[in-house]
Amino acid sequence: MSIAVDTTAPLLSLEQKKRARNVGFSLVFLGLVSAFLLAGRPGNAGFKLVDSYTVFLPAQPFARALAVALVALGAIQLFRGFGKWTNVVLAIATGTFVIAFLTWAASGGSFSLTGMLQDTVTRSVPITLGAIAGILCERSGVINIAIEGQLLGGAFAGAVLGSLYGPWVGIVGAMAMGVGLSAILAVFAIRFRVDQVIVGFAINFFSLGLTSFLAQRVLTPHPEYNIVKPFTPYAVPLLSKIPVIGVVLFTQTLFVYVSILAVVVSTWFLYRTRWGLRTRAIGEYPQAAGTLGVDVIKLRYRNVWIAGAVAGLGGAWWPLGTVGRFDQNITNGRGFIALAAVIFGRWHPVGALTAALVFGLSEAIQLKMSNLDTGIPSEFLLMAPYIVTLIVVAGFVGRSRAPKAAGQAYDASK
Amino acid sequence: MKKFFNKIGERLNRISSMKLTLLAVLSALVVGAFIIIISDVDKLKSGDIAGAFSTVGSAYWALVVGSFGSLRAISNTINSSTPLILCGISVAIAFKAGLFNIGATGQMLAGGMASLWVGFSMHGPGIIQVPLAVLAGAIGGAAFGAIPGFLKARTGAHEVITTIMLNNMMAFFVLWLLKTNLFQREERTDPISKLVSAEGKLPRLFGFLDGRSDLIAHAGFFVALGVVAAYWWFLKKSTTGFEFRAYGLNSDAATYAGMHVKRLTVLAMVFAGGIAGMAGAAEVLGTYGYASANFAGNIGFDAIAIALLGQSSPLGTMFAAILFGALQAGGRQMQANSDVPIDLIVVLRALIVMFIAAPLLVKTIWRTKSATVSAGQTFRGWGS
Repeated sequence: MSIAVDTTAPLLSLEQKKRARNVGFSLVFLGLVSAFLLAGRPGNAGFKLVDSYTVFLPAQPFARALAVALVALGAIQLFRGFGKWTNVVLAIATGTFVIAFLTWAASGGSFSLTGMLQDTVTRSVPITLGAIAGILCERSGVINIAIEGQLLGGAFAGAVLGSLYGPWVGIVGAMAMGVGLSAILAVFAIRFRVDQVIVGFAINFFSLGLTSFLAQRVLTPHPEYNIVKPFTPYAVPLLSKIPVIGVVLFTQTLFVYVSILAVVVSTWFLYRTRWGLRTRAIGEYPQAAGTLGVDVIKLRYRNVWIAGAVAGLGGAWWPLGTVGRFDQNITNGRGFIALAAVIFGRWHPVGALTAALVFGLSEAIQLKMSNLDTGIPSEFLLMAPYIVTLIVVAGFVGRSRAPKAAGQAYDASK
Repeated sequence: MKKFFNKIGERLNRISSMKLTLLAVLSALVVGAFIIIISDVDKLKSGDIAGAFSTVGSAYWALVVGSFGSLRAISNTINSSTPLILCGISVAIAFKAGLFNIGATGQMLAGGMASLWVGFSMHGPGIIQVPLAVLAGAIGGAAFGAIPGFLKARTGAHEVITTIMLNNMMAFFVLWLLKTNLFQREERTDPISKLVSAEGKLPRLFGFLDGRSDLIAHAGFFVALGVVAAYWWFLKKSTTGFEFRAYGLNSDAATYAGMHVKRLTVLAMVFAGGIAGMAGAAEVLGTYGYASANFAGNIGFDAIAIALLGQSSPLGTMFAAILFGALQAGGRQMQANSDVPIDLIVVLRALIVMFIAAPLLVKTIWRTKSATVSAGQTFRGWGS
């Protein structure tokens, strides 16, 4: 064991070096994009912040200034390195680049920046909740690939029960549906020790097939089961009066508040409670935890159930937070994006929230872009979130460390 | 003598594994029947329980008739199975090397578009053009499959994420391609491609029966069978195949034995992508004769279930694909004959996979005594 530890130390630093180099090259690359592409359009871009106030940014000078700054930062990173500030520099640079991109796209026109940010937060909800479901499972050593299925099941139950008995019952039903689907995962993965990825995939298929089947067979002839009144945004007293932030964060539906709460609670739960400590322990080395008297099986069951409830709630976002109805495959792969957010966020709720916001932002940007005439084919804008994920995962996250026992069934006799 | 008995034991084991598969299918059908009955809201409300049961009968009968009941049904089954076999092998070969290829959909799209380009820009002779187009499909798929392999080898980016992202990117890229002058059909505004020239289409299997234009099965099926044979040879006889299996079973041991792990990772994804690309070629050159935005459908995802069901073995994967293809063909008939939507097929497939994966469960339900069959572990966690 000790030998293994010794050899990994220099390897890690080599990888860190590689990563630092990648960051440097990316900064230079962004700078070049900014210089040659984004500086190509003259005119001012208007960003409406509040109804009465619009900020105008000159597109061309902004992009040129950014290009110089990015290339300089990239050069510093390549020759000296920012060390522990690397991520901060990268985040600021990327953020500024996004603003430059928006300036370029909106030059000669204007759009509501506040509206876009509000949309970002709204759209991140199912991804955040789905990712938390993934984290709770995987931290306890059960890979949850079935997030997509749980979201879809939650959306279906939320729509039907919401239509029949009102939105609050819809939420409870969605969570129950999530628990039901995760119970399948739990029984198969923990009790029958089936390969967790196989069960997860089967649950995704099962959920997709069942909800599509029922939607066509029951909901199409009975549209009265599929019309629900979604929750309306609730403006938090006082806080919603703050300009920009008030609209973005505090004039939202229940789902946004609950998902932020879920991030806080799950972080506290994982890192500050005995349950959380034990959960992390059985996700790393269940045999050791089992020897010390932790009931591995029971704890895994509970975590998977809770995760199901969280994912079901995330699914309820579609009918109860947005469109007010269920459609076949309404989640459209968001569960897999949530899975990416789990890894992207390194199995930490706050990291997952960040990743979800990035996805939400790119969805929101792409919606806005379709209204602006940029000359970029809309298909390429639609690709953007996936390209970003690919680059981030390949370039910066790399071999992120997963819970060690994730994917392995627990056998006390071993 | 001992060897002989061992062999017999192996046979018996295989038979019981067969029995287990049949029981799993049966269990899935029972659950499916339950779902059909409880979803028949109107009949249940009016108390017509017998009517609800008879729906199950007519639905399942249509499933059988639609998949094997006539020459046309068999042709449909063959046609549906063809891309499923190829994509199933694509996922299976990656599984063997310990990789999880969710990207068959994107690789299929890439390969299909490459073969489409050869298909409409050349005008015969067929004996050259068709193999060339299929080859182009394989190359297109392999090139696209190489990306996640390369990323994994170089940066450690997990293939589950990268292939999902690449699938989505490819879907939009194809949508864009289909609107370019190169690919879009003349005088069309929607994303639909030019037609593959008559010489470039994969020949119909039942082309010798004049006037039966409804028999759509095509020679892509033989390509698929050839790939199954090649896969078998690769696993059993080739050095690289041995390395794949060794690496898939125990990556540490394989590394220690001096196998070049990065090379294997890239190679596995290249093979997987190439085979999935051929599935795209088969769909474009055989089934449709053109490409629309989502000609890959859900085949890449079904393929994962197929490879799991067939435990990644050549024959197992092939039979699983034919089973899924038959369900697909029968499902269309079922939707037409009874009012049971084809989505039931997706449920049945999921249930079959679940029951197969949990032999212990099937054994408890049916109280059978058969040898333990493990589905095996396909996935060793998120670490590299």
